[in-house]
Amino acid sequence: MNTHTASRPAAAEKTAPRRKRRIDGKDLIFNAINYIVLSLLIVVTIYPFYYIFIYSISDSIEAQKGVTFWPAGFSLEAYRTTASLPGIIDAAVVTLSRTVIGTVITVFCCAFFAYLITKEELPFRKTIYRFVLITMYFNAGFIPWYLTMKTYGLQNNFLLYVLPSALVGFNVILIKTFIEQLPASLEESAKIDGAGYFRIFASVIFPLSMPIIATIAVFAAVGQWNTWFDNYFLVENPKLQTLQLVLYNFLNQSSNLSNMTTEQLNRGDLVRTLTPQSIRMTITMLVTLPIVLVYPLLQRYFVKGIMMGAVKG
Amino acid sequence: MDMTSTGAAGPKRRLKSVHRRKDGYKLLLAALPFVAIAFAFSYVPLFGWIYAFFNYHPGIPLAKTEFVGLAHFKDMFSDARMGPVLVNTLALSALSILTAPIPMLFAIMVSEVRSGWFKRLVQTVSTLPHYISWIIVYALAFSMFSTEGAVNTMLIKTGLGGTPVDVLGNYDRVWTVQTLLLLWKSVGWSAIIYLAAIVSIDGEQYDAAKVDGAGRRRTIWHITLPSIMPTFIVLLLLSISNLLSAGFEQYLVFSNVMVADRIEVLDLYVYRLGLVTGDYSYSTAVGMFKSVISIAMLFTVNLLSKKFRGQGIV
Repeated sequence: MNTHTASRPAAAEKTAPRRKRRIDGKDLIFNAINYIVLSLLIVVTIYPFYYIFIYSISDSIEAQKGVTFWPAGFSLEAYRTTASLPGIIDAAVVTLSRTVIGTVITVFCCAFFAYLITKEELPFRKTIYRFVLITMYFNAGFIPWYLTMKTYGLQNNFLLYVLPSALVGFNVILIKTFIEQLPASLEESAKIDGAGYFRIFASVIFPLSMPIIATIAVFAAVGQWNTWFDNYFLVENPKLQTLQLVLYNFLNQSSNLSNMTTEQLNRGDLVRTLTPQSIRMTITMLVTLPIVLVYPLLQRYFVKGIMMGAVKG
Repeated sequence: MDMTSTGAAGPKRRLKSVHRRKDGYKLLLAALPFVAIAFAFSYVPLFGWIYAFFNYHPGIPLAKTEFVGLAHFKDMFSDARMGPVLVNTLALSALSILTAPIPMLFAIMVSEVRSGWFKRLVQTVSTLPHYISWIIVYALAFSMFSTEGAVNTMLIKTGLGGTPVDVLGNYDRVWTVQTLLLLWKSVGWSAIIYLAAIVSIDGEQYDAAKVDGAGRRRTIWHITLPSIMPTFIVLLLLSISNLLSAGFEQYLVFSNVMVADRIEVLDLYVYRLGLVTGDYSYSTAVGMFKSVISIAMLFTVNLLSKKFRGQGIV
């Protein structure tokens, strides 16, 4: 960047594209090792996902003999059967609902609260802000949490999935920081037009904060999709099971679902074309696929999010 | 913020301040529901700590239960299970701290990749496991390492292994296996923060080193590594303050009859005492003990960091 008077060759070296560097032996070895190790890492990460995919589309009986790199035969029977398993549709609906509703609630609460905190007119502003932020650092523990949720009547209640996570301290910090760097003039002009706080929030602040809102929405959505401990500890109602838990129970052979399937298999109702292992792989696939599909698109939001967090923290 | 109002004339200003106060009430009213949410879901559970001082049994109101003071806390010292649980917790935490340099190393390796697409590929792929739940990790691990899983199938097909090995049910190796699984899930994600630190290093330092004839390994050793060390130290301190919180979900899903004894960490024990054994009061006491020590450690580490580095970590 600085404007120094460099001799010609030096300047040429500086402007030359980096890939056109001198290649010496040591560098070559370094590069080779680096690429090999990183490639291995890619394989180790991707292979398990690939494996469940090829297993799930394999012919179940063929697959039992072992699947490694290619599907053994081809059959979508496992998907057809999985879709018809009792409870799986309910679980998908519950998981989707908690993801959508939970995300909307978190985004709205964190964003609106962050906006309120940026208002200097708010009495006890600092106190209120700290009161919420401190919640990031302590945790009452398992039994107090469990009993409190029960007292609130959230046991076997869909609201358990979406209410407790409404206000997240970390998100509030991110949004507040973002709103503070928006030009104040935009809000002023809306105010002169007679808009109230909520109107200003909804029509000016929220749309302008989209970059950070999107990041937080993605974080929240993935979190909702993946959360299962609330379901595991406090929800028994089969109509409110999440996909994650259905998968967990199936893996552990502890659910009615898997017992039933195994029974049916043993009785021969499901003709012997399908093994529990195939069903297991297929459910895993169904729970994982949405994340894997949307993930590359969302990756940049994530990275942005953690960078902002890092700058803050 | 409101610089313009200071220059305004008297009466106008008073009018404005009345407005402001009215606005203030409105804002306060709007903020109250959120304060209530934070209170209800984060503070109210704290009152549950009171169970630790009673002999509480579900169904009987607290007023009718016996107050036992610190008895449950004393019980902890004579609890034979407490020792192994603490050993598990500390061992698993220590192992994950030992692997802490790996994400840093990984970030350096990624930053040394010249090809743009390969760099992006490595980053995207390595971060993926962070976004899946421990249940899915369990499902994947099961499909890889169970006796009929991919790894055993491959070993047998290639003739490298005779009898299938049950990796997830191996009592002796369970700490190693769990640490590797945790590393698999977190290495890419943990590396992001180091990559950010590396990107922000001034490029001229590298140019200057190159002019002086430094090779790749020397620039890494003398420029990259020292530049990201502060980040490493902060993260290390944070993980030390989290010593007692070895991942609950991970060990819950990977727990099985064969290995349960060795991966029962403190959080898991608290859960088992409470919901499985039904000893609410003792469970709360153990949980409270853990929370208090964790917070104390966080403050201590923060204080030490302030003293020796000039800045805190939280």
